[in-house]
Amino acid sequence: MDFQLDIFLAALPSLLRGAKVSAGLALVSILLGFVIGIIGGVCRISRNPVLRYGALGYVTVMRCVPLLVTLMFLYYGLPSAGILLEPYTVAILALSAVNGAYVTEIIRAGILSIDLGQMRAARSLGMSYSQAMRRIILPQAVRRVLPPITNESLTLVKNTALVSTITISDLLRSGLEVMTWKANTFSPFAGVALIYILMTLPLVWLNSALETRYRIR
Amino acid sequence: MTGALASSADMPVVIRRLWKSFGSNEVLKGISLSVERGEVVAIIGPSGSGKSTLLQCINFMEPFDEGDVLIDGRPIGLIHSTGGIRRRMSERDLNKLRREIGIVFQQYNLFPHLTVLANIIEAPVHVLGLPRAEAIERARFQLRKVGLHGKEDAFPGELSGGQQQRVAIARALAMQPKVMLFDEVTSALDPELVGEVLASMRLLAEEGMTMIVVTHEMAFAREVADRVIFMDGGMIVESGDPREFFSNPQHERSKAFLKRLLSHGDDTQDAA
Ligand SMILES: Nc1ncnc2c1ncn2[C@@H]1O[C@H](COP(=O)(O)OP(=O)(O)O)[C@@H](O)[C@H]1O
Ligand SMILES: [Mg+2]
Repeated sequence: MDFQLDIFLAALPSLLRGAKVSAGLALVSILLGFVIGIIGGVCRISRNPVLRYGALGYVTVMRCVPLLVTLMFLYYGLPSAGILLEPYTVAILALSAVNGAYVTEIIRAGILSIDLGQMRAARSLGMSYSQAMRRIILPQAVRRVLPPITNESLTLVKNTALVSTITISDLLRSGLEVMTWKANTFSPFAGVALIYILMTLPLVWLNSALETRYRIR
Repeated sequence: MTGALASSADMPVVIRRLWKSFGSNEVLKGISLSVERGEVVAIIGPSGSGKSTLLQCINFMEPFDEGDVLIDGRPIGLIHSTGGIRRRMSERDLNKLRREIGIVFQQYNLFPHLTVLANIIEAPVHVLGLPRAEAIERARFQLRKVGLHGKEDAFPGELSGGQQQRVAIARALAMQPKVMLFDEVTSALDPELVGEVLASMRLLAEEGMTMIVVTHEMAFAREVADRVIFMDGGMIVESGDPREFFSNPQHERSKAFLKRLLSHGDDTQDAA
């Protein structure tokens, strides 16, 4: 319960290095998750049962298995099946897969919220289903679900802390390491929490800005 | 109007014994209708009689069960394969035929995320493959015709209902279709905005466009249409010259429908 400025300052460079790792993982996984979510969302409403049920299965598994278990399974479980993956590969796989699953559901809801007349008008002009989806439906759907996607991204940034369990020196692990050297827990933890706040606050603001914007329109 | 098979290639639209049901609900019961080039056919009838479904079957947005629809002599939707069984034509061929059929809906269905100009050039560029500059030229030409010159950069949400509907007409025309279908295009408009849309349609009719117009605007049907068709219960009950039909309807159901319309005055609200 003692905040010591000197320890806090000494810990800072190490914490910032860790923060860079966390932010990098989050950014890559948000982008990959978005791509997965678009593809997954379109598959979820596809008339093709393989695509539809495949996407549903993927989403269900990712929603039901704790992220920590997915990470550990990929990192500690797969090697016994002869598959060895780098910690960063595992982190990005697991984080994008779980984010992609949630974004899939969000995009699906977004597509279904678009008036059916839009698809009818596009198809009547001679567009193919995929053209209509890409050029008419998705641009409207994505715009509409930007607030929940931002919200999911915020969750993802916080969830990156779990990768500290697979030897990655992210923000949390850097904090833990400093604690061991300095034999002080309060100051590094305060620093870790503060940096997580700094990383997530912009997303909180973006989320509320998007929400007001869509409420007004 | 006898729909002789030999001349069907000269007809932009030929419909032969069309049947369509939604589940157990039979909506179209053997509709036959041939439309000549440059002809304007008005379709009237009570709500739920199958008018919208008929238009949706013409471009096969609603697959029909039995019968044929020929666009310029070519069958759309179902084709005969060897063995006499009919199957759905490839999406590619279907998309090609749909380019030739313009349709305007009651709810406009403009693309809200695109400007007026982008709405109109979308299909010419991405479906027909026209160079952008040429598509823009086409779009401006059509916009001038519907009286919306200068609205290129507006978004649909910034326009009145009447303006949006005229953009929808321009968007369909930019594909240079062989026939234009109108499905109660003025029913969602405030009364003071109906006239500007009808004026655009009247102009189109005078230019010789082949048109099938589902409408509750009886004055428009009487003055602009070459033929009026009265539909009820999924069938064509009566078909004929507009002046004759309105002054002297033959069937009991037509008489009852017109009488009901007159007693309601111009209040012809109808849920699509
Ligand atoms: N997509 C659909 N699914 C099921 N029933 C439909 C569908 N579209 C129309 N119908 C039914 O078909 C009948 C005719 O509808 P419609 O063609 O819209 O008539 P109209 O345009 O003359 O008012 C109605 O009974 C309606 O309920
Ligand atoms: Mg209707």
